Amino acid sequence: MKKLILVAMISILWTGAITHAQKYFTKTGTVRFVSASTLEKIEAETKTANCILDIKTGALEMAILIKSFNFEKALMQEHFNEDYMESDKFPKATVKGILTNLSDSLVNGVKYEGQFKGTITIHGQSKPIESKVTYSLMTGSIQASTELKISLADFKIEIPSLVKDNIGKTVDIFINTKLELFKKPQ
Amino acid sequence: MKKYLLITICLLVGLSGKTQDMLSLLSDSTAKMKEPVTAIFKTTKVINLQSVENTAAGVFDFKLGHRFGFLNTGLKELFGLDQATMRLGGEFGLTNDLMVGIGRSTYEKTLDSYFKWRIIRQSTGSHSSPVTVSAFGSIALKTIRTNPERKNYIVDNLFYTGQLIIGAKINDGLSLQVSPTVVHRNLTLNSAEKNDVFAVGAGGRIKLTRHTSFNVEYIYILPDQISTEFKNSLSLGFDIETGGHVFQIHATNSTSMIEKGFISETVGDWADGGIHFGFNISRVFTLWRPKKK
Repeated sequence: MKKLILVAMISILWTGAITHAQKYFTKTGTVRFVSASTLEKIEAETKTANCILDIKTGALEMAILIKSFNFEKALMQEHFNEDYMESDKFPKATVKGILTNLSDSLVNGVKYEGQFKGTITIHGQSKPIESKVTYSLMTGSIQASTELKISLADFKIEIPSLVKDNIGKTVDIFINTKLELFKKPQ
Repeated sequence: MKKYLLITICLLVGLSGKTQDMLSLLSDSTAKMKEPVTAIFKTTKVINLQSVENTAAGVFDFKLGHRFGFLNTGLKELFGLDQATMRLGGEFGLTNDLMVGIGRSTYEKTLDSYFKWRIIRQSTGSHSSPVTVSAFGSIALKTIRTNPERKNYIVDNLFYTGQLIIGAKINDGLSLQVSPTVVHRNLTLNSAEKNDVFAVGAGGRIKLTRHTSFNVEYIYILPDQISTEFKNSLSLGFDIETGGHVFQIHATNSTSMIEKGFISETVGDWADGGIHFGFNISRVFTLWRPKKK
């Protein structure tokens, strides 16, 4: 009996080791957003998004530091953090969910399309989200990208009436990541 | 029986391990990053005083200042609205921490130029600083002749200001700053006045909404330096920020909008209605964009 328990425990530990081997991650994901209005185009990019994907379960998580977004106009960046996103109060945006119809065996260089279902949290507000994700295995790493469209009102990002013509009401978000095999907790 | 129980427990432990936040596997490299504190004030001026803010690198900030006449001039002057004094100016950020500016005031037809250098920036995280410290220096040239009875040399009409500005964002709603100042006049009104005038300015803002704030500033002149007709400057006002513009509307007892004027030549008396209504408009233009990191 003791043997059986031992086998059971070892197998569970083993599964743990395998699940680690099935995780891909990055700390340098690119997230860009564009919001166009009649008067002004607002655009910013960060290259420090954290993302982790379990290719066995399809579980996907992402975290983006709001203050890491770079704008071309310094004042726009300041207002983005100070007036709209309240970055001191809500420092991160997160995405959490499941990437469904993941292929069991990925072939190098082939493009796959997956469906992502989950929750996106921006400015302390969570909303369900769905999007198409294209991904491919490239010699050991996974290249994945997606596009999202969100509405500012959904996330309680208020635009004062004085500047409502300068700021678009929806934002297009482009996410591009190159996920590397996750080996051990760092 | 026992073995099934143990296996179940093992399985449960294994499963619960899986449901934990995957992202926590990645060490958070951002947690201890040094982060500058931004937007201590909405613009580079509190009201008249220079704030601890700088114009960002490559950004030109157009400044228009306007003061109506004194409130106590009565109905004949429509309580000051008939008169106006203005200053047109602009400033430019050479780097994120060094800016230069020029301006011209209708009051005494004065030209002024200045720099502001942010030496220490308030920040959070490791090696952080609780305050921002900036150095400010200006030269002003008065171009009207004040004394027709003597020969006017250019140097007689030069004024210098040196200022240290120490400020901090206490919390999201409150920012405070203090600025020890010396104003040097090459020529004074009379021999009893000192050439160097030492003063301490203090300013603060309370955020009312995310786009508006209430500002106050007061400048205390150390005693026995200038004639008693001159008062300490007190100004109250509001900042209204709309993207690239900042509108500042205020009430102040100072007529001039440059340091040598509002620090050492303020004549208005709040108690007596010697108050100007006025406004500053700031509009930023991004002239060149810093290279992407």
